[in-house]
Amino acid sequence: MTTDDVVLADRPRGDATASPTRGTPRGTPATWARRGGLTALVFGLPILLVFGIFSWWPIVSAVVMSFQKTNMTDAAVWVGWDNFAAIFTDPLLPKVIRNTAWFALLALVFGYPVPLVGAVLMSELRRRKGLYSVLAYLPVVVPPVVAVLLWKFFYDPRPQGVFNTILGWVGLGPYSWLNDQAMAMPSLVLEATWAAAGGTVIIYLAALITVPPELYDAAEVDGASVWRKVWHVTMPHLRGVLLITLILQVIGTAQVFLEPFLFTNGGPNHATLTVMLWVYQLAFTSIGNHFGEATALSLLLALFLAVLSLAYFHLTRSWSES
Amino acid sequence: MRSSRTTALAMAGVLSLGLLAACSSNDDSSDSPSGASGKVTIKVAGLLPTADDAAKQQLADRVASFEEKYPDITIETEDYDWKASTFTAQLAGGTLPNVFEIPLTDGKTLIENSQLADIDSYVKALPYGDQFNEKLIANGTGEDGKIYAVPAKSIYAVALHYNRNLFTQAGLDPDKPPTTWDQVREDAKKIHDATGVAGYAMMALDNAGGWQLAAGANSRGGVIETFDGENYTATLDDKAVKEHLQWLHDLKWEDGSLLDRTDLGWGDINTEFAAGNLAMYTSGSDVYNSLVESNGVNSDWGYGLTAIPTSGEGGALTGGTMAAVTKDSTDAQKDAAVKWIDWWYLSKLQDKDQAVADAQSRVAANPPQAVGTPVLPIFSQANYEQSQEWITQYINVPLADMKGYTDVMFTQNLVPEASASVQDLYAQLFPVVQAVISDEGADIDQLLEDANAAGQSAIDSAK
Repeated sequence: MTTDDVVLADRPRGDATASPTRGTPRGTPATWARRGGLTALVFGLPILLVFGIFSWWPIVSAVVMSFQKTNMTDAAVWVGWDNFAAIFTDPLLPKVIRNTAWFALLALVFGYPVPLVGAVLMSELRRRKGLYSVLAYLPVVVPPVVAVLLWKFFYDPRPQGVFNTILGWVGLGPYSWLNDQAMAMPSLVLEATWAAAGGTVIIYLAALITVPPELYDAAEVDGASVWRKVWHVTMPHLRGVLLITLILQVIGTAQVFLEPFLFTNGGPNHATLTVMLWVYQLAFTSIGNHFGEATALSLLLALFLAVLSLAYFHLTRSWSES
Repeated sequence: MRSSRTTALAMAGVLSLGLLAACSSNDDSSDSPSGASGKVTIKVAGLLPTADDAAKQQLADRVASFEEKYPDITIETEDYDWKASTFTAQLAGGTLPNVFEIPLTDGKTLIENSQLADIDSYVKALPYGDQFNEKLIANGTGEDGKIYAVPAKSIYAVALHYNRNLFTQAGLDPDKPPTTWDQVREDAKKIHDATGVAGYAMMALDNAGGWQLAAGANSRGGVIETFDGENYTATLDDKAVKEHLQWLHDLKWEDGSLLDRTDLGWGDINTEFAAGNLAMYTSGSDVYNSLVESNGVNSDWGYGLTAIPTSGEGGALTGGTMAAVTKDSTDAQKDAAVKWIDWWYLSKLQDKDQAVADAQSRVAANPPQAVGTPVLPIFSQANYEQSQEWITQYINVPLADMKGYTDVMFTQNLVPEASASVQDLYAQLFPVVQAVISDEGADIDQLLEDANAAGQSAIDSAK
């Protein structure tokens, strides 16, 4: 029997083939209203309006706009696939995709193991667990703009900058940080990891609680080291959570906007220009009015994310059924 | 039970209606545009968000005296900081104030896009409506010959701003600022070596970086765009652009005297300058106003202004700010808007009483706001000199420390900004500036070749 079986044995099994709900019998409008249809509609109306106005309408508008050239004042002109063609032939596209992938990769390298290690270490603590949880979660509470401005101060490229001063104590630097094309993206990821790790730590901690302590006791009796306990007991239990957070992180990092926007606005020399930031710049930083191209690029990104989301749903469903 | 369910249903219904009402078009600035009472309310661009309390009080005083003169007009001021990013969003979203400011160079594009109100008859009704400098008013005139925007303030030539105290500390004579780019480089190095402070800094963030690179190229006799009478051609790979980039490269990588920042925009570089973190930079000749308004600089601070170094056919890039009116403004609002433009921006150049009143309120502010900062004339040189004479006793800017600029401001060669897709051209240039500052091995030729191709593409697609 594997450790998975121990945990999963008592879980109710999902049934993907459960019978569909019974169809509503047909009737007159009066019957429909008497049976509560009207009441349901009135109660549902506010949320339908909210979604319609703030979610669906902008989505439909964006799809329409991606086939138009518009300056939001004159009547829009239909341009067919021109906006998509402009995006695909823009020399910035490969760089922007590379940058976004680079951010995602760095975010995985930095941001994926750090919360995991933090959570495992914290779960081993006997005392002051709450205090460390608070400390780990604190950056998440700091408003993102404040956090970025704070880190921008830390990244001061002068020798008297905070990080440069600290590194200077051990004979390193000074570094240009955000003003260096090679260092800018890792600098952004470092802050993003610091800002987001707390939330992931809490998720991992919650998952770790579900690991039956007797498994650790058994492993200890068998003479397992801390590392072997983590690898053979903890990790198998976290597998599902790890995979879900992985996919969510990839989806999140593909849409990264805040850090490059506030730190560097895509610079230096486009070194931190990501897909979402490019969408924003196309739409809003030129009075040449590239709204059509911006929405076309948004749709392409949405398609990519839809594929990832399908993978996410597929995986989470298959795990819940297994 | 029945009544609570009915109440809940009613609440859901009301909520839905409220949502619909909230999302319907509602322009609160036109709630009483020209009703039976004849009262009209307009929103107007006010000061920079960073303006200090004294500047805000001065604006409030001018609003109060305006409303006293025109009791049927109510003025609501909004903080305003023109940025390409926010401006386009506000324009598209219809959230600009009725009276807003735009760079001189964007007037033509916005008129062609039908994004500005026709204010021709109101402007021409002003006593000085036909006296504008023709070259300037042309930027706000459409192909139909009608006026859509008027030159309003800060008509500048790009100039060199410097910190006199740092010059002195480095053993340089602050009364003899550099007049060539080679001298700027030498002085920057001396200042850096003597004080540890960056001798020179360059805007590199967003289009401001492209704007200042264009200014550098213009000063060396180059242009970033040519026009053959029919077509516009991008010339971002002009020899002068390369020269200026190479000059920046050498400051950074050979002398170490260039501030190591690729994220300085117009306001950021002012802040760094006022904080004493750099000795020299180029920007519009009117920047002193903002340094006083937002950065705590005063006449004792040690500010110096001189003309941008030029060589060959080179000249100083010019620009400025126009005032325009939103297209959805009613006739009454347009009328009130032009009255406000007259009151806040222009009357002080035409009317002695207005000039004195404006200067008095600026001097009376605590701390006093700048009076007498040298700018280029909106009407004529004679008019400008007359208006300065009216307020001589109130001038509080250190004119003696601005002689390097004021001595040549009417004689130096002036270069207008590019006409077609200029913001797109700047957008192509600023990454090149960033590349040169952040990469010692930056291939300037290749970067400019790529930028030029993209710039030309932007010009072509705008047709």
